Amino acid sequence: MIEIVKTGPLNTVQDAGRSGFRDIGVSVSGVMDPLAFRAGNILLGNDENAACIEVQMFPFKVRFLADTSIAVTGADCRTKLDGADLPPWWACSVRAGQELEMQFPRSGARSYLCVAGGIDVPVVMGSRSTALRGGFGGTDGRPLAKNDRLAAGVTFASSLPAQGMGIEPPEIALANVFPTSTEGLVQLRAIPAGEYALFEADLPRFWSQPWKVSLHSNRTGYRLSGTPVTPSKVIEMRSYGLIPGIVQVPPAGEPIIQLADANTAGGYPKIAGIIEEDLWRLAQVQPGQSIRLVKSDAREAIAVASQINQWFTRLRDNVMPVKTVMGF
Amino acid sequence: MTLVSHEAPSRASFILASQGDNVKISTIGSRAWLIEAPGDFDLPAQRRIWSLAATLRARDDVESLIPGVTNLLVLFRQTPEDYDATFALLVAAWEQAQAVHPQGKLIEIPVIYGGEHATDLDAVCQHTGLSPREVIRRHSQGSYTVFSLGSAPGFGYLHGLDPSLATPRKKVPSLNMLKGTVTIGGAQTGVSALTGPNGWNAIGFAELTLFDPRAENPALMAPGDSVRFLPERIEL
Repeated sequence: MIEIVKTGPLNTVQDAGRSGFRDIGVSVSGVMDPLAFRAGNILLGNDENAACIEVQMFPFKVRFLADTSIAVTGADCRTKLDGADLPPWWACSVRAGQELEMQFPRSGARSYLCVAGGIDVPVVMGSRSTALRGGFGGTDGRPLAKNDRLAAGVTFASSLPAQGMGIEPPEIALANVFPTSTEGLVQLRAIPAGEYALFEADLPRFWSQPWKVSLHSNRTGYRLSGTPVTPSKVIEMRSYGLIPGIVQVPPAGEPIIQLADANTAGGYPKIAGIIEEDLWRLAQVQPGQSIRLVKSDAREAIAVASQINQWFTRLRDNVMPVKTVMGF
Repeated sequence: MTLVSHEAPSRASFILASQGDNVKISTIGSRAWLIEAPGDFDLPAQRRIWSLAATLRARDDVESLIPGVTNLLVLFRQTPEDYDATFALLVAAWEQAQAVHPQGKLIEIPVIYGGEHATDLDAVCQHTGLSPREVIRRHSQGSYTVFSLGSAPGFGYLHGLDPSLATPRKKVPSLNMLKGTVTIGGAQTGVSALTGPNGWNAIGFAELTLFDPRAENPALMAPGDSVRFLPERIEL
């Protein structure tokens, strides 16, 4: 059981999302950074889809009402446990009465607080994720608020050593798989989509210019600012299904990348689709920073997915023996 | 939270673009494929989309199928290794798809036309050149088919609006349109499923719940259902 002591708006309970109901208009929701989320659960010996708290508004502070184990992954948010610094990507046991504070990240945008057994809120339509737009799931379909009390599920994992254990973040462990540009910008791989040819005149610029993530960016979508790309003719498309990562171009010519809380259907022309394997990196880009888009294909997406899976396998293999050897 | 779109250029046509003569198949990302039916925004095209969905539903490698308006998004569980084989598979499935006639249910929706929620009835009259009574008469006499659900939980994209009622979406969306508002957007009509920003033109209001996440069938409407609007009251 944990109690929320301090929170900004729009911090929510999330799991991997509810993907089975898009055909009736229900957004997927779910964590924006699945790598950080799953890694946190692996560290704790949880089911890899156990619900967590996604923190994107800082400071965020909780009090533990019972002894448990926790993991904090994702953005390095200078976590403090009873005032003592915890390293990023760290898991440890905590005692009833202790307080954990997460502050505005040094780098990255979203941090994940996982607890042993997972956050136990009711499963609605197959998921514990908060559907903010539909107003259901998570904590009654709303963001977390001060004084909220959250129960944790049952855990059968052995508790962690008091001094804790950490893992190497994927941006370091998988640096060769997730490159940054020479000027240090996150590069996102994207595959041309249905209306790509309509933008023919502006395609060189679409791929070559850095795009700034606008301040009007959130879990619904990221807006990109830069020199607009305009189609050769204006079309209003019949409504079609959307998925997270789709890059649409509204009439003003500045692209929108639809993300976890996006609608399930829309009608703007689509110029490209960012590969799902790269979306966790976008989730960690703060509004105001810039990104680059790199032309890619399905073959590359498969290769990246395979690298991610190998990383998870190594993580599982490494976490288990450590706990066993140390006798915890 | 919603993304507010920029004002569309005035030359944007509100008549939905024709799809040409051939089925169009494209990808979104690496494991989603969009199949767009050729021809007009009409019932035969949508029936063939439903048939295509029924065929593909039986496949183990398909994670979800999201029917749109005369199109279908196919989401595979994993990125298909062979692009050409996947393309060929979808073309063959489309060519085999026949226009199915799903036995949908009839949903009758009592509507209060006009009144405080019909904030755009005047704009519809101005655009169509019809009187408020005539707009209401033509809207309530239509028989509509649910083509697909999307955009918001339980929202149905309806086909069957009298073309004389087609009115472009608003340049400036209403910020807080009530759920249950009966609207016209371009060549389509609908009932809003959530209270919030909405760019369609409000002509009436209906007291009904389109979506209940705790119900066994969360959405009231399903593709293939018929919808009729019954004038419960007209406030002009």
